[in-house]
Amino acid sequence: MGQEYFHSVTLDKDKCKGCTNCIKHCPTEAIRVRNGKAEITRERCIDCGECIRVCPYHAKKAVSDPFEMIGSYRYKIALPAPSLYGQFNPSFGREKILRALLHIGFDDVFEVAAAAEVVSDAPRRYLESHEVRKPVISTACPAVVRLVQVRFPNLIENLIHIDTPMEVAAGMARRRAAERTGIPAGEIGCFFLSPCAAKVTSVKAPFGKEKSEVDAVFAMKDIHLLLLEQLKKMNGMPSEEKHLMAGPAGVLWACTGGESAFLEKGRHIAVHGIANIIAILEETVEERLEDVDFIEALSCLEGCLGGPLTVENPFVAKTNLQAVIESAEASDFDPDCLVADPSELEWTREMPYIPVLKLDDDRMKALEKLQRIDVIEADLPGLDCGACGAPSCRALAEDIVRGFAKETDCVFKLREKVSDLAQRFGDLT
Amino acid sequence: MEPGVIIREYTIPANDFVVAGEASSSVRKLLNQMGVAPAVVKRTSIAMYEAEINAVIHGHGGRAHVEIDSEKIVIRISDDGPGIPNVELAMQEGWSTAPDSVREMGFGAGMGLPNIKRHADAFHLDTEQGRGTTVNIIVHFR
Repeated sequence: MGQEYFHSVTLDKDKCKGCTNCIKHCPTEAIRVRNGKAEITRERCIDCGECIRVCPYHAKKAVSDPFEMIGSYRYKIALPAPSLYGQFNPSFGREKILRALLHIGFDDVFEVAAAAEVVSDAPRRYLESHEVRKPVISTACPAVVRLVQVRFPNLIENLIHIDTPMEVAAGMARRRAAERTGIPAGEIGCFFLSPCAAKVTSVKAPFGKEKSEVDAVFAMKDIHLLLLEQLKKMNGMPSEEKHLMAGPAGVLWACTGGESAFLEKGRHIAVHGIANIIAILEETVEERLEDVDFIEALSCLEGCLGGPLTVENPFVAKTNLQAVIESAEASDFDPDCLVADPSELEWTREMPYIPVLKLDDDRMKALEKLQRIDVIEADLPGLDCGACGAPSCRALAEDIVRGFAKETDCVFKLREKVSDLAQRFGDLT
Repeated sequence: MEPGVIIREYTIPANDFVVAGEASSSVRKLLNQMGVAPAVVKRTSIAMYEAEINAVIHGHGGRAHVEIDSEKIVIRISDDGPGIPNVELAMQEGWSTAPDSVREMGFGAGMGLPNIKRHADAFHLDTEQGRGTTVNIIVHFR
């Protein structure tokens, strides 16, 4: 599989019934139902996980790494996303969750929330040191970055070219472990505990850099039971606070508004849910947003707490996390000891526009195709029923012109043709 | 259908900023499908949106007529509003006759017409008091 188009979101063909729920919800129209099964167009998929959420047969899944992979490294570091803390009853406490990770097989933990605090300072510095186009758009959510890359080429320049807290955490954790233990960096494994598919993809096919710092990604839901059993065993045992690094501000990154809460000055927007994000980005392209400096955008409703690989209902998780935040003390963790130079956090690779919507490289031919699409669409029923396997009549017309579908894929067109044929047959006899 | 030309007509309702935005984003999608350079797409959609908003605010709504060929896009936004009494003034940045209610919504800062002119390759204004205003915009793809 080409690295360029690796995707975590995949289809379990046996479970797929060929219904039209997913095609209707995909924000990039990446899914078609063909021959009774859904197909994902890899170039278009942004790994937002909307299809995972809406599939009633659980045929859409996010591929992550198997937990057994932990065995392939000598020293194993868990990198819990802050959303992990929302998955458990807050009575367990954050320290216990971190210690439970050590009991299920990790040698070390490094809170991604702590790296979030390091990254948080970056937008301010970035705004001061770079000629940037405002509003600056956060790159913390990889699904949003991919969305911009395929649908909003004009906003690529607005993306903040700063690594995600996950990447920063992995780099810092590996360095710290190497210093502490003397184990060569190559034998240290950094494992991200992920709420979503998009993070898996951003490790396997990174943007902004050649290679991810993370070695493998485990789904929160895959380790949830293991952790819960461990937590129950540990209940009542005294806890020595020694793994907490992040303060409340870093933990807050799991929720919508967490990242922008760091920016003291300026006007910022915190938007969540992919449809809401598209609406805001549309306004941004047309310069309809006034005086907005920063847009925090998280693809899932309620931010990472709503991720498709989480276990707890996002609203319950939010309440859980709130309790964790209230009991968190301000961070005394000093990032300077691990990040020598803030420019280390910057992307080392530019992000190209992937023009997935383009009909042809030759503009004249593209225009002709558009005209044919118009003609075909005008002749379709306009019900957007999805029975043909495309999300709308317009999308079917596009598929026909691109050579992926035929007019009789439309059930109404087929019926017309059949009754036409019957008529002619009748005339003959 | 004319060969080599895509034509679109949109209705711009009075006092509805949301629908006006839909027209310019649907044009943007067409240009992206044609593979027009992103910077050109952006100029086009800003100019078109501004012109539509003018029709919403000052013209009691109107119509957008769009023609796209392989080299350029021609946008004509027309309304049957009161017309512009002083075109020279209206072309000045910051000059606005928008009512306070509109300004409170973040519109009417007096940047509309100058902004259209800045983003268009060709710009032409036809206005007659009591009859309405037509804004013609051309953006070349290269």
